[in-house]
Order: sequence, then structure tokens, then C-alpha cells
Amino acid sequence: MAVSATDSGARNIVDGGRAARYGLRTVALGYLGLLLVIPVALIFYKAFEDGFAVAWEAVTTPEAQHAIYLTVLMVVISIPITTVFGIAAALVIVRQRFRGRALLNAAIDMPFAISPVVIGLSLVLLYGSRDGWFGQDLAAAGIEVIFTPVGMALATMFVALPFVVREVIPVLQEIGDDQEQAASTLGAGPWQTFWRITLPSIRWGVTYGVVLATARALGEFGAVAVVSGRISGSTETMPLYLRRLFDTFNVSGAYAAAVVLALLALTVLFAMNFIQRRDRAILAGPSVATEPGAVVPHLDVTDDKENPR
Amino acid sequence: MSIKVENARKQFGDFVALDDVSLEVRDGSLTALLGPSGSGKSTLLRVIAGLEAPDAGRVLISGEDMTQVPVQNRNVGFCFQHYAAFKHMTVRDNVAFGLQIRKRPKEEIAERVHELLELVQLEGWVDRYPSQLSGGQRQRMALARALAVEPKVLLLDEPFGALDARVRMELRQWLRRLHDEVHVTTIFVTHDQEEAMDVAEQIVVMNEGAVEQAGRPTDLYDHPATEFVMSFVGTANRIGSLLVRPHDVQLAHVPSSTSEEAMIDRIVRLGFEVRVEMTLGDGNPLIAQLTRSQVDELELADGQIVYVLPSRARVFDENGSEPRTEELALA
Repeated sequence: MAVSATDSGARNIVDGGRAARYGLRTVALGYLGLLLVIPVALIFYKAFEDGFAVAWEAVTTPEAQHAIYLTVLMVVISIPITTVFGIAAALVIVRQRFRGRALLNAAIDMPFAISPVVIGLSLVLLYGSRDGWFGQDLAAAGIEVIFTPVGMALATMFVALPFVVREVIPVLQEIGDDQEQAASTLGAGPWQTFWRITLPSIRWGVTYGVVLATARALGEFGAVAVVSGRISGSTETMPLYLRRLFDTFNVSGAYAAAVVLALLALTVLFAMNFIQRRDRAILAGPSVATEPGAVVPHLDVTDDKENPR
Repeated sequence: MSIKVENARKQFGDFVALDDVSLEVRDGSLTALLGPSGSGKSTLLRVIAGLEAPDAGRVLISGEDMTQVPVQNRNVGFCFQHYAAFKHMTVRDNVAFGLQIRKRPKEEIAERVHELLELVQLEGWVDRYPSQLSGGQRQRMALARALAVEPKVLLLDEPFGALDARVRMELRQWLRRLHDEVHVTTIFVTHDQEEAMDVAEQIVVMNEGAVEQAGRPTDLYDHPATEFVMSFVGTANRIGSLLVRPHDVQLAHVPSSTSEEAMIDRIVRLGFEVRVEMTLGDGNPLIAQLTRSQVDELELADGQIVYVLPSRARVFDENGSEPRTEELALA
């Protein structure tokens, strides 16, 4: 933009714009730095303060290794189940009209609203082997849920539930069902259409939901703490282990464990970023025209699909 | 393959989209379903394709009852207004989709895809993604994709509706030529009467969920069965109880026993053709289509009072159960 030196009014506006822009940037970055970057960086610093060997030793004890194993196990069990359920629930909510749909939609958000400790307690009430609703029968059949990894996996699934659904719903709404209908006219059955059209179209929503759910599953403390009984070397995940180290004044061990937990989460994040970037690079290219249909909200069948003009 | 729809009904809530619609389309023909928004033309097309199940009635394709056959087994080609391109697939994979579903051998698929992309003039675009194509190219790709599976019938839902005027004209002529080459029975939906007249051999005019009239374009224009058809296919003026085409309006400077008085609002010269916009004594607008020499001879000008005499007019009498049509030949 050309601004003449004598045109001070215009320059003030431009300067004002610049000041506002830098001001906004400072606030955003400063806030992020104070709240996020500095504390996390400090953890890394503290963990390696006494040298790498000390930190390494702290996270390679049998207890620590079991905690890492259990944390990963929780993710491996809960995330695939949550993902399958999440995609199914999103499809039902977006594509079907039935009584109770709004209720289902609202219920999905419950884990966001309810405190994880309450979630843990509700699981104990249901599955507790002494006075739980199902727990007594399950215990009679030899299945212990509370104070075992089974209950912990349930708690993890509960807290991780909304992420995939919430990420997939807007994507499904945006793409509409034109492509699926086209696939069906070309001879694809419902299952083929799902694998070849729907799933590839929503893959970024799914990926992002999985990453958020995984991060939540890795870090879950409250719900898991209640149902696990916190038995060291048996039902102790990384966050629980970390807390115990901290409570027993093993501060450097706690920092080292925190680093491991943070690295696990960062790995997932970077993996997603990497896949996404590669995919975008394939799909990128100068767009000759924007898709007129892309911004048109999905129409219900009652609209007769006519284009008023 | 011929298409036959018998007494189809379809209701969405309280809205009657199809009200007892019957339709017959000859093998190898090119038919337009023409009507305004909400007339049921898209619903009818979707019922034929199997994308929508009719509440009552039957759909027959080459004599075979298809009403209960699910869409994926009907072997119809369908093109959507917004193309419905598979965005995560290349042009090649889009076109190959139907063949891959049918598990055809790889060489056959490659050959067929090449053939079709040549037909729709997209040979150089095989490895592109839909986002890299223009609207017209995307619709041609969608056509190739639909044709790949050698469908019994080709159904196009407002195929050119989302394109700009120039591309639309090109694609229209191109569709006409394509149909001459491929000869697959084709039905396309449009709200543009010019497009229907230009492309189709047969036009089915729909209004409020029912077929108003079906016939060749010239028949619809010259012998419209209802007032709706007369005003929707081409333009029509109303002079009292008469409906008159703009080119059947004659103007004079002296009144006669049957002429109507009108004032000229505007004279629009469109090259050879001149459009004279007038207001009748009863306040209704009137448009006449004259030649340049006629206008010059009459020395017409804005604000003049002229006398209007239709050379041909139609009266639609809706007193009976069936609208009665009279053709008047006035001197």
C-alpha cells in the first residue's frame, strides 16, 4: 500500500493497524509462553538437571516400566474402540433423523461436563465387586473390573469418548452425502461406500479426534485414580506413578517421568502433523476453480434438491 | 433402454413432491424434465435412479420392474448438480470407480478410462484431483464416471446449473453431440426452458408434482396444453382472456374494433430483433417482438400510444375438468 509522507491521517491508521497487530501477537504469544511453553520447558530442564543418567535410571525401574506399559496398553485398548464408536455415532447423528437423536448428541458431551472423579465413582458403583450393580454378578463369574486394568480401560474410554465424535460431525456435515450417493449409483454397496468414500473423506476429522483422545487417555488421572486403587507395579499408569513419586519427594524421578509422558503425547502430535503434511502435499496444487458445492450446507431430502435462482 | 414410470407418488412430510406421475421415455432418446423449483422434477429423477423410494407407483427400465431394486443394482448413470466428484481420488480413479467395484481386470479398466477421458476431452488430466479442475471439467469427469459402467440409462440432475453461462452453452452442445455418439437413453432435469428446447428431443413439463405436458419442443411451444406450459415454455402475454406470444403481437397507429390500447414504455434494440415493452389499458405489461424494419416503418418511440392486435392467440378454459384449448387465427 502506497502512503505518502504528507498523508499523516492515513499513516496513523496504518501505524495504528500495525500496533494493534503486534499488540495482539504479543498477547497471544506471551500468554502461550507463560502458561505453556515455560512450564513444560522447565520440566525438561529439571529432569536433566542432575544429568541424563539419573533421569534414565528413574524411568527404567520395574515400577516405572510397568507404568509406561500400562499407559500404552490403556491407549491401545481404548482408542480403537472409541474411534469405531465415534465414527458410528457421528454418522448416526448427522445422517439419521429419529426420536432421541438430540439426546444422544447431548449425552456424548457428558464426559466433557462431568468431573473425571465422578466418572470414576460411577464406575465403582456399577462394577464394584462387593456392592456394584453388575459388579457382584461379574465377580461371581470371575471377572474383576474395579482395581484392575479392565476398569481403568473403561474409565479411559469414558473420558476419551467425545473427541472423535465431535471432530467427525462437522466434517460429515460439510461433505454432505452427494459423493456417497454417487458411489451407490456406480454400484457400490453401503459397506464399499463407507470404506472407499466416507472414511477417506473424513480421515482428517478422525485423525484429529484420535490424537485428542489419545492425549486425553495418556494423561487421564482422576477417573483412573478412583477405579485403579493405585496399586504400584500393578494398576499404576504414568500419571498415577508420577503423582506418587511427587508425593514421596522423589522430585527428580517425577520430572523424568513427566518428560516420558510429555514425549509420548508429543510423538502422537508430530506423527499426525507429519502424515497430514504429506497428504496435503499430494493434494495441493493450484486450484483452478473453487467448488461451488463445497460451501453449500447439506440439504435435507425435503428440499427437493432444486436450485432456486 | 426405455424408461416407464407408473403413478409415482412421493411425499416429504406435508409436501407432495410427486402426485401420481406417469412418464414414458423411448429407448435411446434424450428427454428434459422441465419445471420450476419444487415442481418435483428432481424427485422424479431420483425415484427413477433409486436414490429415492416412491410411496406408491412403479419404475420400469426396459420393461423390467425396478421399484424394489436398490440403487447400486440398477445400473443407472447419475450426474449431480454439484458434480459429487470424489475429492480424494484422481480423475483416473474417479472414472475407474464403478469398474473397480465391478472387479473388472486392470487392463480393461485402464483402457476404458482412457477411452472415456478422450470422449470427455480430459486426456491430459488423469492424475489431477477434482480440486484442480474447473466446474465444467468436473462435470465432464462426472459424466465419464457415470458412462464408465455402461449404464442402461443416464440421468442428469441440473447438470449445468452451477456453471456460468458460457460454459453452460458449450456443455449443452457437447451433451447433444455426446448423446448422438453414445445413444444411451438420457433424462436431464433443468429449470431453464431454453436449455431444454436446445438439447432435448422430448420435453416433460412438470408443475406442482404433476406432469403438465410431454412432447417435442416445437409441439409444446406451438400447442401448449395448459396456461402453465404456454408461459413456462417461451414467454406469453396476457391480453384479457387471451395468451399471446410476443412475436404474435401486431402494432398499429389506428384502432380497430378488436384492438387494445397500450403505451410504449421502452424500446430495446437487440440487433435484428426489437423488443417493445408496453403497458395495457388494464395496467398489465405487454411485450412485443418485432423486427427492426417493422419498428422503423411504424416510427415507434417511447411514450407513444399504440393499438395492439394479436395475430395468433390461445384461450385456456379451465371450467371443465380438462383445460380446453382454442386456437384463434385473427386477421
